[in-house]
Amino acid sequence: MKNAINREIPNKIKYIGELEPFMGAWEKLKKGWMDEISVPPPNKAKLPHQKKICATLKEAILKTNPQNGMTLTYHHHLRNGDDILVKAISILAELGIKDITLASSSLNESHDALLRYLEDGTITKIWSSGIRGELGKAISKGILKNPVVIHSHGGRVRAIHTGKIKPDLTIIPAAAADEEGNATGAHGKSAFGSIGYARIDARYAKQVIVVTDNLVDYPCIPIGIRQNFVDYVVEVNSIGDPTKIASGTTRITKSPMDLRIAKLAADVIEHSGLFIEGFSFQVGAGGASLAVAKFIREKMKHKNIKGSFMLGGITSYCVEMLNEGLFKTLFDVQSFDAEVSHSLLNNKRHIEIPAALYANPFNCGCMTNKLDVVALGALEIDTDFNVNVITGSEGNIRGASGGHSDTASGAQLTVVVCPSFRGRIPIVTKKVHTVVTPGESVHVLVTERGICVNPQYPDLEKRLNKAGIKTKKIEELEKEVDEIVGTAKPINFTDKIVGLIEYRDGTIIDVIRQVAEF
Amino acid sequence: MELQRNAQAGTFESSDIMILIEPLKNKQGRKIEISSSVMLQYGDMLSELVNNILDKYEIENVHLIAKDKGALEPTIIARLETAITRALNQQKGTLL
Repeated sequence: MKNAINREIPNKIKYIGELEPFMGAWEKLKKGWMDEISVPPPNKAKLPHQKKICATLKEAILKTNPQNGMTLTYHHHLRNGDDILVKAISILAELGIKDITLASSSLNESHDALLRYLEDGTITKIWSSGIRGELGKAISKGILKNPVVIHSHGGRVRAIHTGKIKPDLTIIPAAAADEEGNATGAHGKSAFGSIGYARIDARYAKQVIVVTDNLVDYPCIPIGIRQNFVDYVVEVNSIGDPTKIASGTTRITKSPMDLRIAKLAADVIEHSGLFIEGFSFQVGAGGASLAVAKFIREKMKHKNIKGSFMLGGITSYCVEMLNEGLFKTLFDVQSFDAEVSHSLLNNKRHIEIPAALYANPFNCGCMTNKLDVVALGALEIDTDFNVNVITGSEGNIRGASGGHSDTASGAQLTVVVCPSFRGRIPIVTKKVHTVVTPGESVHVLVTERGICVNPQYPDLEKRLNKAGIKTKKIEELEKEVDEIVGTAKPINFTDKIVGLIEYRDGTIIDVIRQVAEF
Repeated sequence: MELQRNAQAGTFESSDIMILIEPLKNKQGRKIEISSSVMLQYGDMLSELVNNILDKYEIENVHLIAKDKGALEPTIIARLETAITRALNQQKGTLL
């Protein structure tokens, strides 16, 4: 069947069941309630003063009575420095557990070592917001029998609430924890800041193990993960490589092209009508997207405008803007560098939020719904403004959906910033390989070669033109880029579906097909 | 034309191409090695372009290595022509 953006979607996938085609960015939410039921979280009991501490991770895992076909959930706050997930899976494999569904909030290069467990049938299904590195390549080549499901950060919470992901066990690495399992990411040698993605796992998993390399005297504060959801606590030497967990300070790019794009994007924001006292703002953590913050910061000082809140992935750049009084509050679901942990711990206006409050579409209003402006990157964007942030130019899975579609759907102004081409690969194209964020939720594209407003938002274009900002049709930009780079030979795919892209509301917006060997 | 000596042009930077040229003896033909970050999409075009430029300079015996990092066509042509004119001793101020 075809969905609302004309992508071919299968009716059914064996292990998931019937699929619901994407019907529009806000279509499903319009009626104000959801037909999907919310599954009950488990009821548990412990006796007074019962001990939760286990000597090793293996001992804790054994106590949870792991079974074939179980679902293990995990958070990715340790980013590229994560040492625990591979260890946990290797323990489960050693115990002979097969057919695991791995539902991590994301997967990255530090998880390359999981490849052998995909090959030997230990892991047979994956849910994640992103997959990078060797795993992404292998999955794109069809290593798994079942397609992986790519969800957004908000969509993951919904998938757990509605029982699509049924967590049997969650393992939660924490930078500090006490013997009852109160845990945080905000302090300790492996501090990673917010632990916001793990909150839903702690609430819903039948068994919850907290792993820390910093067991502190009771009570561990701030309480990110609460003891009343935790079954076992394990102390280990190290939860990961701190240099890769927190990458120092996230710096503004020095690339002249990215800075040029960011400057243009800031001009667009300034003249959008939304750059007013009390506005709210989110940027991505890398490249041109973070650089937008640099120019917005200058403009806010120049015009003496103070914002309400910054949201999402928080970098030290956001912390500086908070400290300068440019924004009143930071809402932090994920922290990107070491400085951020410090601020999260010490500044009461820097607030840790769970993924549900951040972006879950199935509640009475997540914070992305309150966003005024978001600046987002793209691997590809097409003439319908559909954005791909998951598959690379060779068709391989190598990115992350993350909060892209959540923030795009929520913001009053979604600005996509990217170069028009990158190393001869066109970014602005006729049809993206894979749609993650639907074009109707993207207002404007800013590239070094021109600014294109989505024709669904003619008022914005008028406003920008009136302010002296030139715009062009995205079809013209696409043609221009094509003439510069030369038409590429198309990538060949087989019919096999290796991935499903869930839109935040649980409908299927696109599929990823297996890359053909040649 | 007869190539006189080894020559190179270009860099390994993104959006550039490195061309290395070595003269071969008569009748040894063209030995061309191409690698590219965009091999899948532009490999065929790249190989055609290299041969066209060699044709233009009537070079039949050459060992040419092209390491491409997604250079655009004008860049590729410029790097090829520079390397060739260097190898032909037609360009001054050339690094060996």
